[in-house]
Parts: sequence; structure tokens; C-alpha cells
Amino acid sequence: MSVPTELPAWQPTRRNAEAGLLVVALVIGLAAWANVDLVMLGELSPTFTVFAIVVIALAIVAHLGVRFAATYADPVLLPAVFMLNLLGLTMIHRLDLGEDVRAISNGTATPSPDVTTQLTWTALGAALFLLTLLVVRDHRRLQRYTYTSLFIGLLLLVLPLAPGIGATINGATLWVRVGPFSFQPAELAKILLTIFFAGYLVVKKDSLALVRTKVLGLELPRGRDLGPLLVAWLVSLGVLVFERDLGTSLLFFGLFVGMLYIATQRISWVVLGGLLFIAGSFGAYFAFNHVRVRVQVWLDPFAYQSEQGYQIVQSIFGLSSGGLLGSGWGQGFPLFVPYAKSDFIISAFGEELGYTGLAAILMLYAIIVTRGMRASVACRDPFGTLVAAGLSIVLALQVFVVVGGVTRLIPLTGLTTPFLAAGGSALIANWIMIALLLRISDTSRRPDAIVLSPDDALTQVMRL
Amino acid sequence: MSRQVRRLAALLGVLLGALLLNLTWIQVLHADEYRARSGNTRLILEEYNRERGPILVNRSQVARSVRTDDSLNSLRVYKPGAEYAPATGFYSLVYGATGLERTENSVLSGSDSRFFVDRIQQLFAGTKTKGGGVVTTLNSAAQDAAWEGLGGRKGAVVAINPTTGAILALVSSPSFDPNLLSSHKPDEIRASYKALESDPDKPLLNRPLAITYPPGSTFKLVTTAAALESGKFTPTTIIPGPAEYQLPNSTKKLKNWSGQPCGPDGKITLEEALAVSCNTAFAWLGNELGADALRAEAEKFGFNTSFQVPMTAATSRFPANPDAAQTAQSAIGQFDVRATALQMAMVGAAIGNGGVTMNPYLVDQILAPDLSVLSQTQASVFAQAMSQVNAAAELAMMVNVVDHGTGSNAQIPGVRVGGKTGTAQTGNDLPPHAWFVGVAPAEAPQIAVAVVVENGGGSPEISGNKLAAPIARAVIEAVLGS
Repeated sequence: MSVPTELPAWQPTRRNAEAGLLVVALVIGLAAWANVDLVMLGELSPTFTVFAIVVIALAIVAHLGVRFAATYADPVLLPAVFMLNLLGLTMIHRLDLGEDVRAISNGTATPSPDVTTQLTWTALGAALFLLTLLVVRDHRRLQRYTYTSLFIGLLLLVLPLAPGIGATINGATLWVRVGPFSFQPAELAKILLTIFFAGYLVVKKDSLALVRTKVLGLELPRGRDLGPLLVAWLVSLGVLVFERDLGTSLLFFGLFVGMLYIATQRISWVVLGGLLFIAGSFGAYFAFNHVRVRVQVWLDPFAYQSEQGYQIVQSIFGLSSGGLLGSGWGQGFPLFVPYAKSDFIISAFGEELGYTGLAAILMLYAIIVTRGMRASVACRDPFGTLVAAGLSIVLALQVFVVVGGVTRLIPLTGLTTPFLAAGGSALIANWIMIALLLRISDTSRRPDAIVLSPDDALTQVMRL
Repeated sequence: MSRQVRRLAALLGVLLGALLLNLTWIQVLHADEYRARSGNTRLILEEYNRERGPILVNRSQVARSVRTDDSLNSLRVYKPGAEYAPATGFYSLVYGATGLERTENSVLSGSDSRFFVDRIQQLFAGTKTKGGGVVTTLNSAAQDAAWEGLGGRKGAVVAINPTTGAILALVSSPSFDPNLLSSHKPDEIRASYKALESDPDKPLLNRPLAITYPPGSTFKLVTTAAALESGKFTPTTIIPGPAEYQLPNSTKKLKNWSGQPCGPDGKITLEEALAVSCNTAFAWLGNELGADALRAEAEKFGFNTSFQVPMTAATSRFPANPDAAQTAQSAIGQFDVRATALQMAMVGAAIGNGGVTMNPYLVDQILAPDLSVLSQTQASVFAQAMSQVNAAAELAMMVNVVDHGTGSNAQIPGVRVGGKTGTAQTGNDLPPHAWFVGVAPAEAPQIAVAVVVENGGGSPEISGNKLAAPIARAVIEAVLGS
């Protein structure tokens, strides 16, 4: 646990660095869009101006918001996220144009562009980003809502199973549909559950870490302290079994084990968690056909090339034809891969920007995660440390599960690629996560911050 | 807690490393392997989207791509089609590519590494990538003469420039129209392919390269070469040529077609034996020389070697361990001796080229997308089959065959033509194959040609002269006249 130290009275805010990096991200993003237009249409599309105005306005507003509400926040996070979001919008626009070409050659009506929707979601995400920064002026206040978060989080998680509003898309029951709107509640649940885990672990970490029994020479936690781990495990398995979503299940379990390890500082939790995970995976493999099919397709996708393996095989074809440098934006065939705008957007990038472009995108994620982890380490209160680390883990695991899935490193699951893939719920949730990370980094670097002792933090929980 | 956060960050770093390694595997190390897998429509579309380069004979394009308005953007057109199909092959959405379309695909599609500079230029100029051209060694006059000569009968013709090994004519008959397989309608392509496949005449076969026939009496050219090279025989050496030759360790006898002795008293010079195609004389000669000497000579002409011209030609065979009776049969091109038309043309060519066997080739030049010459095939020596003196002697013997022997139908006024007829029994009840191997002009050979007419029919001994020699003469006249 970090000991509160005196900070120097003056800290550089580094907001100008952030502004500079945002300009770089904007220049790259607009150039990319223009590149796509020129390659595919020979001229700038009418939407270019709209896109340029909206994203420049969003950049300015977001930057001013951070300048005002989180003056000392990390200067790299926002530009990195902005860059990813711009690349995602450009790729969706490029795929829109591809669908137009296809529709024209088939003689059907051109579909309405998805990029408009995604741009709207981006604006909404940025708005909620600002709202989060303005409302949550001190992240420690979130600790008050530890059990509220758990309650709402679990509710959101099971919401898609509710009759009438739940919807099953592509085999996974992850959506809630009200009228024309569909929403993936698990995306918001991951933030709420991170807050719950952090609040819970701050209180329980000492007993979890210190009270132990020896079994077969291995130091293990007491039986009743194991309760929460088992609950998390069961919830993850429940998601896997009832909502048929491998990715979300893995994400929640990994998040919980990771945070448990940080809080208790005991590697035995990781070992236990790992064993439980392996046991759960084997159980699910033998008990559920859809899991078994996924694994078989993963092991030999080419044997299922025209059936269940079609998507992953097409993805591999796309990636391999991209090669080292890619076909160039607008010059590949990313639409051969099903769900190129959402689940398989990484394959589209891999095909058109190549290994180089994909590695650059992964580096942007690495920067975001590293900055989140840095905020976690720099944070002077255990709750903040746990929240920042938890959110970083969520982001990192999500990227790993998605990219690993579409590149056949691990079995394919249905998670969305943060900030890139088309889809509103994920985008909004991820923007809120970044706001929280900025808030925590701001608090830890703010020279006039009032440092609460761990006891104060405890007291606040007890007040609930 | 910060130590744990750092450790966890390190673990996530390992996961990132795993992702990058896996991507390296797919996108860099094994990309070509995945790209080439069947089911990757991307590759086909990419190729169709590029302007595929032409295949040229002399200066005309026998295969070229024309722009279309449909989603594939280009259509492969073959003109005149069937006549050049053994060289061009086809380029099909459904069945992939064959022939030069396949072996030269990297050039034609523009993906060849030699086009790197062009591709960079195209990248900056923003123009679509184009494929390069392939100029064949074929001579359209020779090809026409051979094609019309066969006139739809089953058979094959190969003509070679003896001094370089360049293939001047490559005809398979009956042939197929590659346009039927290069259309954009998969159902029609499948239907056409099935029809061609079930045709009893097998028009899809590339006869001159893919089929090995018993060479019959044309193989006596190889036996003669072995005899001269042994040093024990000259064209004037007198050898036995009885009516029947008792096969060693066998009750069977090998007979002359006529049933008569070759010479007045069953003795004949080597030169005369070749001129009248005396079976018993060559059977005797085969055992005098031995199977090993015959095989060694045959291999110097190209037997037992697979040639890439650049399509892979079937390997012509001389049997591995024949006994004495089989050696005698092998010496007259029967038993298990098998040769492609290409191989027999190479035998004629080597004799006409001072005994030097050249590697045969079909691609003369590779053109860059702007049609400038990117590379020129250099002729290369395969082996020295005979000494120059012996080659000259054998060529003179071949001229004698045409002038005074069995090859009279190859005579061309004013041109000294060398040749050898052949009639190869096929082992079943079908009529024998009619062969002719010719070289001309004897003073400085410009063409060697091999003609085989499958199951030609007619009187056995004369069918080579009657059916195959006129075709060879037409091809020779076409080359010498052009």
C-alpha cells in the first residue's frame, strides 16, 4: 500500500501536451478519411465536412472539459482514445462505401451508412465522458456505492435474459431491445462491477490476505473468504451458459482474479482462480455443445471452412492477404469477412493497413492500458488504485480476447473491439471508463489533493 | 499494491506479445500459404481486378484480357483458342489455371517480384497495377501448318529450333476452346468442363507434353547414335539383317514387317538398315551394344529426365533392367520404351545440332507491364549426346532415309531434309501410332520436328511415311518459308 507523501506545491498540468497530441490524432484521422474517399470515390465525400466539423468540435470540447474538470489528468489517454475512435469511424465509413459499391453492382438499394450512427454514438460517448468528469469530481465518492454497483451491475448482466426485452443476436443473448433501440447492458456492468470489486476488496483485503489455512502445505484462504471468488466464478459461468457469451464470461472472471491479486497481494488467488477457470472451461466444454463447437472450430477452422469456421477462415484470409504493409485503405476486400464493422473490424484493419497498421493499433491500446496502470500505481488511496487497475484490466482483456479471437490465438468470442468497432453501448461505456481513469490520474497528481488515510476510507464505507 | 499492479501490467504485456507473435505468424511468416488456400476468393478477384498481361505468339496476342462491366472487371479471351490451348492453357474462375496461364501466373498477374519497381511507380502514379506479358517461342506459321496437318485427327506435333531448344510448334489434337472455361458464369464453365472431360477423344490432354507413346522405329535414331558413339560402327559397317531375329533366351522371334531379309543375303550396312528401318538389324545391334549403352545414350537425349518448358513434360522412359530379349525390342522402340513427341523432337534436334541436346523452352521473353523486355530466355545445353562427327554422319543417314528410304513423303524440292519414320505398336487391337521425326535443312538445321498420329491405321510399315511425314514436311516448309 502506498504511503501518502507530500507532493510539491506546483505540478505541470500538461494540458498543452494533450492539446498537441489531439491535433496529431485529428490530422491523422482526417487524412485517413480523405485517403479512403480519394481511393474509393476519387473525390472527398459529402460526409467528410460533417465528419471533420464534428470530430474537431468533439476534440475541442473534450479537451476543454479535461482542462476545466481534470486539470492534472494524464495527457496521453484522451488523444490515444481519440485516435482509436477516429480510426474506427474511418474504417466504418470505408466499409459503408464498400457496401455501396456492392449494392450498386447487385442492383439493390444502397444501405444507409453506419458511420452516421457511429458518429452520433461517439458524440454521445464524449458527452457522457464530460458528464462523468463533471459529476465524479472525486473518485473516492464512488466507494459509497459499492453494493449499489453490485446490485445494478448484476441486474444489467441478467437483463438480456428477461423475457420481452432480451434479444439473441448471433447466438449470444447479450442485447436488450426496447423499441428500435438495442443495448448491450454488460458493457455498463463491467464498470459497475469494477467499482463493486474495488469497494469490496478495500474492506476485505486484509482478512482475505492474512487469515489463511494450510492445505497440503499450500497456504490457502479460509473457506468462507472464498465465498466471493466462488460467486464471481458462478456468475461468469452463468453468463457463459445462459447468455452463451464466452468473452464476457472470461472478461469478468479475469477482472475479478486480477483485482483480488492486487488487493490481497497473494499469488495463491491467481493460482486458485486459474484452476477454477480451467475446471470451468473443461466442464463447459463437455456440458455444452456450443462451447465444444467453438473449440473444435478454433483447433481446425479450415475443416469447417464453409460452416461454423467460415468467419474465422475469412478473417485469416483477410489478415494474410494484408501481409506486412496491407493492401492500402480502400483497396482490399474486408467485406468478405462477416461482421467486418463490428466483431471483425480488426481483420479489416489487418487486411488494409497490414501487420504494421495492426501493430500500431495494438500499441495505442498498450499506451492506454499502461497509462491506466500508471494512474493506478500513482493513486494514493487503495480504492482508486483498484478501480484504475480494474478498468485497465477490463480494457486489456477485452482487446486480448477480441484480437486473439479473430486471429485464432484463442477461440472466437463475441466481444467488441474497444473504440474501433461499430456499436453504441460499448463505445459509451468505454468513454466513461476513460473519464474515470482521467479522474483518478488527476486526483493523484493534483498538488492540493486532500489525502485520505486508509482509515478514513474505511469509515466512509461503514457509514453506508 | 503497486508491485502487484506492475506485475499484472507485465503479464498483460506478455499477452500483447502473444498477439503480435501470432499476427506475425499469420500476416508475415505464413501469409503466402494462407493466401493460396482454396476458398480465398480474394486472390481470384484481385487478379481479375488487375489487368492480366497477354500471351504472345510472334506479335499477336493469343491470350489477352478485355475490360468488362461486371464485378470481375476483366475477361480472358483466347484467339484463335483451341490451336494454342496446349501452350496457353486456360484461366478459369472455377478450375484455376493451366499451361502458361499457370506457370507464368506471377508475371501475367503482375505479382512477380521482378515488377517491384513498376509496382512502386504504379503506386505513386495511382494507376491500377497491370500484369506483364509472356512472349512464347512459338512460330505461328509452324503452328498453323501442324494444326492444319493433323486436321482434327488424334495426335501431337512438336517443332524445335535445334540450335537453341526453343519450341516452334506445340500442337495437340483434338484440342479445346479455352474461352469456354474462362467465362464469368460458373455453371456454364462447369458444364463445358464436364463435357470436355467425358469426351472419349480427351481434348483436355496436352498430348505433345503429357503423353508418352511407344516411339517405335523413330527410336532407331537413338540406337544408331549409340552404335556410332561406341566407336565399333560406322554408317558403312555391315551388320546382319535376316528375316527373323531369334530373341535370346526366348522362344519368340522378332520379324521384319515384310517377312523378308533386309539385304540380298541377310546382310546390310548400318546406313541402309536405317533407310529401310530394318528391325532385325537394329534388334541385333541393341544386344551388341547392350541395354546400358542404349540407356546412357537415350538419357543424353533427355530420356529419364523431366523437363519444365515451363510446364512439366512427362518423363520419357528407357526401361531400367531389360533382359536380352527386351533389350532387342527396346532397341527398335518397343517393349517399355516410351517417349513424348517433345522427346523425339529433341532427339532430331540434337542430331541436327552437332550432337548437342538443348533444354527445350516455350517462353522467349518476359515483358514488363509497359511491354518493354524484362528478361530474355538464354538457350542452355542439356547434354552432349554425340560427337560432332558422329552427329553429322547420322544426319547424313537421315537425309538418306528421306531421299532413298522410307521417309520419301518428307522430301522438299531444293531442301535436304533428314528424317525417320516410325510405326509403334500399341499392344492392343488398335492400329499402330504413326511417327515421323524430321530435321532440315541438313546443311544448317533450323528445325527439328516430331509428329505422332495416334492409331493412324493403314499398312503398318508405311504409315509413318504416309500419315506423319507430310505433316512434318508442311511444318518444315512453314518454318523455312517464314
